[in-house]
Amino acid sequence: MSEIPIENDRSVETQKSYSEEELSAFKHVHLARHQDRPYTLDFIEHIFEEFVEVHGDRRFADDPAVICGFARFHGLPVVVIGHQKGRDTKQRQYRNFGMPKPEGYRKALRVMKVAEKFGRPIFSFIDTPGAYPGIDAEERGQAEAISYNLREMAKLRVPVIVTIIGEGGSGGALAIGIGDHVLMLENAVYSVISPEGCAAILWKDASKAPRAAKSLRLTASDLYQQGIIDHIVQEPPEGAHAGVSETARSLDTILYKCLGDSLSFSAEQRLVRRYAKMRLLGTWGEREAVSS
Amino acid sequence: MRATVGASVSRETMTWFKKRKQNLESVPVEERVVKTENVFVKCEECDEPLYKRDLEESLQVCRHCGYHFRIGARERLAMLFDEGIYEELDAEVISIDPLSFVDSKPYPERLEQARRVSGLPEAIINGTGNVGGHKVYAGAMDMLFIGGSMGSAVGEKVTRLIERAMKERAAVVIFAASGGARMQEGTLSLMQMAKIAAALAQLDEARLPFISVLTDPTTGGVTASFAMLGDAIIAEPKALIGFAGPRVIEQTIRQKLPKDFQRSEFLLEHGMVDAIVDRREMRAYIIKLLDFMMNPDIQRDSEQSTQRRSTYQYERQ
Ligand SMILES: [Zn+2]
Repeated sequence: MSEIPIENDRSVETQKSYSEEELSAFKHVHLARHQDRPYTLDFIEHIFEEFVEVHGDRRFADDPAVICGFARFHGLPVVVIGHQKGRDTKQRQYRNFGMPKPEGYRKALRVMKVAEKFGRPIFSFIDTPGAYPGIDAEERGQAEAISYNLREMAKLRVPVIVTIIGEGGSGGALAIGIGDHVLMLENAVYSVISPEGCAAILWKDASKAPRAAKSLRLTASDLYQQGIIDHIVQEPPEGAHAGVSETARSLDTILYKCLGDSLSFSAEQRLVRRYAKMRLLGTWGEREAVSS
Repeated sequence: MRATVGASVSRETMTWFKKRKQNLESVPVEERVVKTENVFVKCEECDEPLYKRDLEESLQVCRHCGYHFRIGARERLAMLFDEGIYEELDAEVISIDPLSFVDSKPYPERLEQARRVSGLPEAIINGTGNVGGHKVYAGAMDMLFIGGSMGSAVGEKVTRLIERAMKERAAVVIFAASGGARMQEGTLSLMQMAKIAAALAQLDEARLPFISVLTDPTTGGVTASFAMLGDAIIAEPKALIGFAGPRVIEQTIRQKLPKDFQRSEFLLEHGMVDAIVDRREMRAYIIKLLDFMMNPDIQRDSEQSTQRRSTYQYERQ
């Protein structure tokens, strides 16, 4: 955990006044975004067999920022969906930096409904800076696409296992993130807003991102404590990029356990349990009701 | 200026409905005082002077140009319910500071300030009563409370509203007004989108209506969760509605946005809302929708399945 190349970041270099905690949280952010970090397709290659990609939302277009397909998991037919980032400049542009447009979310839901129709479990992999903020995305209903997925995923009768493998960027991540089990890689992050965005709004200074990263409590261990994720998947000491097959193996083991657990319940039980799980999300207070 | 306009309305409308749990709010007297010398306000859109009493009568809509002034949550609910009468619910659900979050000030201080400035316990007010004779559970958000942001308390209140409606076989109406998720509660705020959407999934299966009203502004996590999930989605004229905020989009695409972008009219044109309805016609429009959607024959059929799952209501670990 010590050799994280944060020195590439000018904003951090110029501001030496960060606490250990702030830098530690920001290291996770850097690792989650590391250019060699395994992406959805890498995990598909290592964990699943016979992957067949399918395309398009049947409404407007195919979104390369979201991958969908059929595969086998330990021999069992399953559906895999996930955000996909690109590794070189050309690929990054093609994948729109892993930022889906509405058609990406609609494609994912379309394929999840196919999974439900044929009684196949769903594995979802999250790795996005966020839903794409652009004119076309807004025109085609980015908010509607995300919200519709949230509601419909809550109704899916088949097991849904979600893993945050890199960046969990706000609503754009959550839109394929409702499931019976939510796993997170040790160095992945999951947040309501990027640390840079948060710092720009709250401190009017994007270079205060390390401080925001700490404040937002976005690391796997933070989120486990908050009851937002269920399992943490170990990475090699230097991060997942330093040992892709090793990371995939640990992930595979936990995915297999989670699937076994989900399959041990009936569809009705799964729905009840999924709702009960989401019903508990949040931390609020209740003061005594005062009547006049 | 907006605050004083709101306060004057709220004092008028307070007499319309039962003052339940009034002692929960602690608005200092000096902040409630309306500057009486300001009998006129200027329309923010057309600059015409407006007599305050007229503005109140026209539900804070400019008589010259139709500009809709922003209004508070309590005013909203009073405008919706029959005779302006409703019972406030869930006022005991309040935000706490789960992450010990500090920006320019600690989050608990920010909450205290928000309660003082808005006179509200949270960024949403829940209420129940009748609308055109139909039993309705309604929520209204308020921009004065930390920009109408959605944290755990807002998520819990909206979820309770939906669960109550299912129990009572009633309709849900929510007036959205929000800058998005509340950053000070981190990922917990994000999770409220999931929680509310899951509750709406059950309301949907129970075949009970959810009418979503989008007011200026409705952006971020609120738009991307419950606001766009209405059986009917209505927008007030010229409201800013979107997923990403205009500034974020401008920074991403590095160009200026067209003037009408992300306004109600833009959404209507792109098929994202059912109708744009003037505030003065809103109540009548909602009653028509409820007359259509409330169908006891249909809703009785689905009652059984709802009861099965509602065993999880209000259960906490
Ligand atoms: Zn005017």
